Amino acid sequence: MAKTLFEKIWETHVVQTISGGPSVLYIDKHFIHEVTSPQAFAGLKKRGIGVFRPKQIVATADHNVPTIHQELPIKEELSRLQVEALKKNCAEFGIELYGLGHPYQGIVHVIGPELGITQPGMTIVCGDSHTSTHGAFGTIAFGIGTSEVEMVMATQCLLQTKPKLMRINVDGTLNKGVVSKDIILYIISLISASGATGFAVEFAGSAIRALSMEARMTICNMSIEMGARCGMIAPDEITFSYMKGKPFAPQGKEWDEKIAYWSTLYSDADSKFDKEINIDAADIEPMITYGTNPGMGIGVSGHVPLLNEINEKEKPSFEKSIQYMGFEAGANIKGKKVDYVFIGSCTNSRIEDLRMVASFVKGKKKADNVEVWVVPGSKQVEKQAIEEGINKIFEEAGFNLRQPGCSACLGMNEDKIPAGKYCISTSNRNFEGRQGPNARTMLASPLSAAAAAITGVVTDVRELMP
Amino acid sequence: MENVDTDQIIPARFLKATTRDGFGENLFRDWRYNSDGQPKKDFVLNNPTYKGKILAAAKNFGCGSSREHAAWAIKDYGFDVVVSSFFADIFKNNALNNFLLPVTVSDEFLQKIFSAVENDPEAEIEVNVENQTITLTSTGEQEKFEINNYKKTCLLNGYDDIDYLLSIKPEIEKFETIV
Repeated sequence: MAKTLFEKIWETHVVQTISGGPSVLYIDKHFIHEVTSPQAFAGLKKRGIGVFRPKQIVATADHNVPTIHQELPIKEELSRLQVEALKKNCAEFGIELYGLGHPYQGIVHVIGPELGITQPGMTIVCGDSHTSTHGAFGTIAFGIGTSEVEMVMATQCLLQTKPKLMRINVDGTLNKGVVSKDIILYIISLISASGATGFAVEFAGSAIRALSMEARMTICNMSIEMGARCGMIAPDEITFSYMKGKPFAPQGKEWDEKIAYWSTLYSDADSKFDKEINIDAADIEPMITYGTNPGMGIGVSGHVPLLNEINEKEKPSFEKSIQYMGFEAGANIKGKKVDYVFIGSCTNSRIEDLRMVASFVKGKKKADNVEVWVVPGSKQVEKQAIEEGINKIFEEAGFNLRQPGCSACLGMNEDKIPAGKYCISTSNRNFEGRQGPNARTMLASPLSAAAAAITGVVTDVRELMP
Repeated sequence: MENVDTDQIIPARFLKATTRDGFGENLFRDWRYNSDGQPKKDFVLNNPTYKGKILAAAKNFGCGSSREHAAWAIKDYGFDVVVSSFFADIFKNNALNNFLLPVTVSDEFLQKIFSAVENDPEAEIEVNVENQTITLTSTGEQEKFEINNYKKTCLLNGYDDIDYLLSIKPEIEKFETIV
């Protein structure tokens, strides 16, 4: 029988199905970090049990860490305690930790793939909703809560109901200035912040196939922003060549065997999806959000919707949202003032993102009214950026290259956008207060963010490109 | 209000604790309080007329971050049930794992709940897990809600998923040797 990519992986991981209930799903890899794990460890201790398969867990410190002077003790007491608790728990339970100071430290969804830990066909979970990122390698990867983190620590399994299946096909060639971030912001603007809730989403089509792994990760990363349980892309030659030689990727004979298996991971021609959406890549322009959920995106040449363009039921949320942002219904988005530019997060902090920004800003200077933070996704990305001289380009442009972590994506450490200020951000959420109390976030691609850094206003990057 | 995300339910800067307790204090922090810590008068939880065990919310409640702290905060504040026409996936699981019952009702029934409470802040709503019904006591209007049998048994008996998974450990070990 014809099967989808999702079904091929799901079916080989079901230990048992409870009648009239969920399935017991076996988890291959479990990533943990300092914020959503302490209560799970405490739960294990309370039950008097250990970690079932510590070798299948990898830990890092990312959400709460400072992005300057990481060599010094963390100043903020609660953050320091959380990071120290992770260290202590990992030592006690025999879990590998890439903590502060380790050459592999970084944002959990950046380091998994770049170390070759993330591999096609796996089931992967983490107490973080952007775990969907790993789906770019043809995995079932999703975010879980802390009780579920404890569950996986205790038994390497989770109770899961099989989601419905959706395929989104993006075909054709992308326009100038349009990158993968624009594709996913466009899709979410079409189907809304809840449009894929209850679905596992496979991204397919020629425009997706043409993307690099970094670009594919950006797309799968934001699957959760439309509510999807997970996002995934079938692995192919681009996947395999990205993975080859990574520290934890299989080698020699095992590599060949894995390639043979991974090459079977695609949706069969006659496989069935509950929903299918077709998108023409040519319809997508550089995107930006105007509101307070990721579904509130528009093309940069567009305008904030008029009240009569909004559904009756959505009007209260819409009005609250643009009031929060300080925007008028119907106003053009281009030319809006920008105070901060944040380039980073598990969505867009990989070496390709930094290269994209560097090649655009080379020889240019940031606008005086803008502060620009570039936060690499990992120590490895940081190292590579320095080796390639990208740090010099940023320095000359007046950009502040910081140290790896989640940083201003969620404003948990001290990297917060001040109240009332506007930030063009390459991150994934523009919720109220996400980047700091009363901060105003506009989500965009690294390229559009770089353009705004140079001009100091929301800019159509195409106008600055040769 | 639609699309209430978990950053609103509990902002990230309050996620630094290493225990599960005390999150209720910061539930809806930035909607409840001004930056100087004064309560915002127009926010529903600051209006003493509205109090109870059931939180009613519009479509796509709990979207965004997977932080279970959102469920902990709602439960710790004193709610036992959240009613909406649509829940985000991860939030729903997190709620169930904390014996906070997410009840999904139709858009129409949700509107009825909002109207009933607007007309009479003391309006009673009854949720019966055994029969899977939610009832507006004043009018007797009722709707059935879905919950799978397994979760229902867990809720009614106070079992959690970890108890169940630990009980089938031999099967999990056997599965590992086959794959």
